[in-house]
Amino acid sequence: MARTDDFAARRKELAGLSDEQLKERFWQLAREVAEPLLELAKTHTSPSIERSVLLRMGFSSLESQAIAAKCLEHGLLGKGAGHVVWRISRLKGIPLREAGLGLAGDKYWDEAKAWFAGRQRE
Amino acid sequence: MKIKLDPQQKLDVEKVLEGLESYRPRRKGWTWRKRLPEQELGAFTYSQTSPSLAEGGSLPAAKYFGGIDPQPECTITSEIASGRFEDDLRRMRMAAWHGADHIMVIRTAGQSHFDGLIEGTPEGVGGVPISRKQIRATRKALDLIEDEVGRPINLHSYVSGVAGPEVAVLFAEEGVNGAHQDPQYNVLYRNVNMVRSFVDAAEAKTLMAGAGMAQIDGAHNANATAREAWKVMPELLVQHAINCAYSEGAGMPRELICLSTVPPTAPPAPALKLDLPYAAALRDLFAGYRMRAQMNTKYMESDTREVTVTHTLNVLLSRLTSADIQSTITPDEGRNVPWHFNSVHAVNTAKQALVGLDGLREMVGIKKDGYLGSKARELKERAVLFLEEILSAGGYFEAVNAGFFVDSGCYPERNGDGISRLPEAGVGAGSAVPRDEDYFAPVCGHFGHNNLPAEAKRKACDGIEGCTLCRPEKIQYIDELDEEDNASQRLEANRPFRRELIKPEVEWAGDGIVQVTMFLPAEQRTAEAAALEIAKKMNLEEAEIIHRQVMHPAEGTLLELKGRVPFAIDPAGLVLPPEEKLLSAEEIRQDLASEEFRLVAATVGEDEHSVGLREIIDIKHGGIEGLGFKPHYLGTSVPVNKVVDAAMETGAQAILISTIITHADIHRIQMRRLHELCVEKGIRNKVILVCGGTQINDEMARECGLDAGFGRGAKGIQVATFLVQKRREMAQKG
Repeated sequence: MARTDDFAARRKELAGLSDEQLKERFWQLAREVAEPLLELAKTHTSPSIERSVLLRMGFSSLESQAIAAKCLEHGLLGKGAGHVVWRISRLKGIPLREAGLGLAGDKYWDEAKAWFAGRQRE
Repeated sequence: MKIKLDPQQKLDVEKVLEGLESYRPRRKGWTWRKRLPEQELGAFTYSQTSPSLAEGGSLPAAKYFGGIDPQPECTITSEIASGRFEDDLRRMRMAAWHGADHIMVIRTAGQSHFDGLIEGTPEGVGGVPISRKQIRATRKALDLIEDEVGRPINLHSYVSGVAGPEVAVLFAEEGVNGAHQDPQYNVLYRNVNMVRSFVDAAEAKTLMAGAGMAQIDGAHNANATAREAWKVMPELLVQHAINCAYSEGAGMPRELICLSTVPPTAPPAPALKLDLPYAAALRDLFAGYRMRAQMNTKYMESDTREVTVTHTLNVLLSRLTSADIQSTITPDEGRNVPWHFNSVHAVNTAKQALVGLDGLREMVGIKKDGYLGSKARELKERAVLFLEEILSAGGYFEAVNAGFFVDSGCYPERNGDGISRLPEAGVGAGSAVPRDEDYFAPVCGHFGHNNLPAEAKRKACDGIEGCTLCRPEKIQYIDELDEEDNASQRLEANRPFRRELIKPEVEWAGDGIVQVTMFLPAEQRTAEAAALEIAKKMNLEEAEIIHRQVMHPAEGTLLELKGRVPFAIDPAGLVLPPEEKLLSAEEIRQDLASEEFRLVAATVGEDEHSVGLREIIDIKHGGIEGLGFKPHYLGTSVPVNKVVDAAMETGAQAILISTIITHADIHRIQMRRLHELCVEKGIRNKVILVCGGTQINDEMARECGLDAGFGRGAKGIQVATFLVQKRREMAQKG
């Protein structure tokens, strides 16, 4: 879109504002722009966020990569990849690392899916 | 193993790489310099400095001011990344030695599209691959370096691309002190999907805030991208505001949020007329946030002198307004990947200008009425209008889609050349997924919806007995994934050039690169061809012209070349001349105050040259007169016997002769004649005989019977030192 500089016309609504009022308006607008983006972030996750959770749980980058990829593949990323590992660890009574490495090696997925499906029906 | 740096010893890079698996950072979070509102250093009182370094390199002119090295109160950045991080460690040490306390490591090209963390230490392009090992080794080296200079040093890199949250975890775990983080950067310049970019950014910012890291935004890139950089000023205000509001929404405290701001223009534009109103408007709107003042890169060409002047003006702007971090750009960035010594030059340009402008605002104020005030107001209004139109377009994603950003028109003017991105396109499109109601992440530093189970009510990581941020021993360390492409292999290959042999180096150990500057009296195209031919005859390999500048279309061209030398020097085979120890000016003055030192001086024979001798004598040229000597200057073409007569008449303790002409060995004849005449007259054991001249050296003068000779480039202080020491020696002998 091309447009000639119509600043003189557009600024009329701002001309009456003091510097302080202009500044308030600036920040009010900026927060309005940011708000829906923050809301999106609160309610969504991504493979990178889930891998970052797994890193914080004590998995290496390679292990995290494998676990998160399989969570996505099995449709469980929305539960949280860390959540899946934590749940398997509790269900099987095994340490977290063992659960995570098992999931990375393609174990426990049927149990995981069953548990999360069941819980959703509750 | 505990190691401590000795300023006389090179950094042992191999040792830094040992034991990394168990290395932990000594602290987390950003450290600002301590501001001293009044500090006395040498003869001066400074208003804007911080504590001095324990050890470091002062500016060249410091020797005239008692060697003082005032450190400005703001952080000084050095951007260092040659592609081989192990070579960068030595450059970091050099930069810190000269006053940098913020080391910014640029990432290798392509890392922002790498979906995950890089491990090991592969070689990078235009930057280094950021990995756990690279970060750990760098932080460990900086721990040693900060002990050497006696000041905390902040390590910094980038939390962007499609692996932002993982990189943020890595940085928080490993004690990285600051990072760039701005989702808009991903969207506009890296074509990372918008949704993914913002979703990831909130997590990354929460992690950064938790680790006390300083954040720098990415707005300055609009300057570098837009065709006419000064026209994007309203947009810059908008970009800063979006990232600030988003960061605070993700829990980042204002004092960790730094705005990356670049003076948008450079001479020959009337730079301050454009840059100063903008800088004032920015600081008005963003009071309470931190300012990271970057230097202009947009209008950099290969002329390092031109760049240095622009960067000095940038620092003037920082001093006229404010800067919490003064970033630096190397003067050679317009011609190659920055070289070691240019990193140091850039740091010194900032330090020199900041210190030179100390206390400016106490004497000079910004006139907010008139031109500057109305211009600043206009920019703010344009920015407000921009934000309004983003909202009326339906929000940020719609505005980006419609090409609002990086348009070369000064908003609301639009040229229709902005960058446009679709919410459903770009790298990582469709990869953000909604969190279910029972979504759970059992870790600290997490943003957004988290359905914590009962046992994790105190801390999110209670259910897993602590996350790595609380229990770092849980971190999994990977050393290398590639047996060939790693630091150890490279260090093995270039070991001789870091230890036994000496080879020129600008970037990597043993790269062999030298720079040659020449003026050729020829028009540009001919001069360039001739310069490459000269380089060939000098045996320079891969010679390349890195700067050309017409001095006059017909009279000649200035050229700078780089090339590689195909050899190394073995220092074991070098014969070093004995080290010359100069007396201080103060010591010489004291000596002369207790006993007068008279001397006669002349250019002898039929020789009309006077410049060299006058340089040695005259107070105006920094000569010995200024140190308290009483020279009696007889002029040029003085016969040697007249000089000796004058010495006897005035009771001179030394005779200084100068001889430039060497035809038929006349210089040797004159020196011998002086010695012999003094012997004949019976004064030789009472008078010191010294000769100087372009073709004279000490050995030759002594052969001819004199006490000392001085050649081309000799300085008054050297002659003075010799005279005072010789007189002491003679007094001792009686």
